[in-house]
Amino acid sequence: MSIDQDAIRFSDVGMTFLTDHGPLTALSGVDVALKRHEFVAVLGPSGCGKSTLLRLTSGLMKATQGTVSVFGHPVSEPRDDIGIVFQQATLLPWANVLDNVTFPAKHKRGRVSASDRDHARQILATCGLAGFESRLPSELSGGMQQRVGIARALFLNPDILLMDEPFSALDALTRDAMGFELLRIWQASPKTVLFITHSIPEAVILADRVVVMSGRPGRVIADMEVPLGRPRDESSLRSPEMQDYMAHLRSLLIREEVA
Amino acid sequence: MTAPADVSTATGKTTAAPVKAPRMTLSEWLIRTPVVLPLLTFVLILALWEGGTRLFNVPSYVLPAPSRILEGFSAIPASRWVEHVWSTLRVALIGYIASIVISLPIAVGLAKSRLLSRALYPLLVVIQSVPIVAVAPIIIVVLGTDDLPRIVITFMISFFPLVVSMTTGLMATPPELIELSRSLRAPVWREISQIRLPYATPYIFSGLKISITLSVVGAVVAEFVAAEAGIGYFIQFSTSMFKLPQAWAGLGILLVMSLALFQVVNLAQKILFPWSLPKERR
Repeated sequence: MSIDQDAIRFSDVGMTFLTDHGPLTALSGVDVALKRHEFVAVLGPSGCGKSTLLRLTSGLMKATQGTVSVFGHPVSEPRDDIGIVFQQATLLPWANVLDNVTFPAKHKRGRVSASDRDHARQILATCGLAGFESRLPSELSGGMQQRVGIARALFLNPDILLMDEPFSALDALTRDAMGFELLRIWQASPKTVLFITHSIPEAVILADRVVVMSGRPGRVIADMEVPLGRPRDESSLRSPEMQDYMAHLRSLLIREEVA
Repeated sequence: MTAPADVSTATGKTTAAPVKAPRMTLSEWLIRTPVVLPLLTFVLILALWEGGTRLFNVPSYVLPAPSRILEGFSAIPASRWVEHVWSTLRVALIGYIASIVISLPIAVGLAKSRLLSRALYPLLVVIQSVPIVAVAPIIIVVLGTDDLPRIVITFMISFFPLVVSMTTGLMATPPELIELSRSLRAPVWREISQIRLPYATPYIFSGLKISITLSVVGAVVAEFVAAEAGIGYFIQFSTSMFKLPQAWAGLGILLVMSLALFQVVNLAQKILFPWSLPKERR
């Protein structure tokens, strides 16, 4: 793959679902491209089809219009180089942390090798979970459970990480801490990240670019670089420029929530 | 991180004046101690029963005193009891296992395919709604008088709760995990064996617990219709001879059998799948 090739490209993507109340158009005319190792946050009102974007990229759904390509190939089925982190950690409650992280190997290939386990231990250490390998999910806090969810998504060394409001179920403090944790992991092993959220500060502190979507049917109404260098910390958002930038995003979103 | 410091100063103060453990009242002690309270109730009821039947001279065919029921146990030799118990237990267990083996693939089919669910579910409800006691004589005539018809009757009574609980459990899996499975392009049988079935375990066990007692009911109903052995047969035979104390003794044995089987299922869950129990019961 060439460096300048887009990792993910949505070309005129539309998605219409058949529901009991007739057809429902979730997405319409979406044109967005993510460069390799770019961190892009998608902001939008609830029900704007943000999660649909993610499912189209992962190959779990097929667009009814346009094409979604990953590294230049139209997505027709799930790929190995994509990891998904869900809103809830959704770990297996009967399996310990290590077995949860190696689960993709067990589920895909039917067995887990010793090197799989070593690899998982390494990822767990990166995610700040060294020493918790034999705990059950029920013994962990919500934030730690979601770290295990991230470690599981990283297990197959994906080039692309799809994150569907991964921190929205956490309390505010944990949420901020997890954001910086994610940035640390992302800088240690760069990935293309498509990060769905409805939190403006979260989108701005994490991403290189913010894509703002309209209410249903979801369209892209803004696609803006975040004018912030890296590394970032808690004080990054305090400057008047960043406050203005976030106020602008807020006004875009409020217009959509009302409409 | 000020919270731990606050805690330590607080505990530092309390060590100066040691906290007196509040004295437990008798009723609190009874609530917290297992076995004692139910046992007391049981003994009290037995005493009232014994005293009442003696005091009012209740004839034993109306209500035999517990002491008379105890005598009923020696009406037949122990070897005959073992025969009867084994006959009922065998039918109940084979019927139970058959209903597990048969309801599992049905449940997987119902959970995975809406087509199959639409096609089969009404039929299952019809089977469930048939009064088994009324069909039992027909089944006996059709299938003969050995174990087979009794096993079929047991199966018909015990399989429906299993199908329902298994199907509910298989559908209770978080959709994200199914998406994870699909995103890994894993074979469907692994989705079932590694995700759906373990997730269904708590549901499956609630079905297993209902069905195990139902399978004893099934075996007894079948014996009422046609049998030469079994506790159900023994109770029917004894009542027809007006030997009520020994019929009550048979009932006692059935009760113990049901409770024991239920506990076996309960223990199996506790030992094999402790995570499937609510936290406070592990």
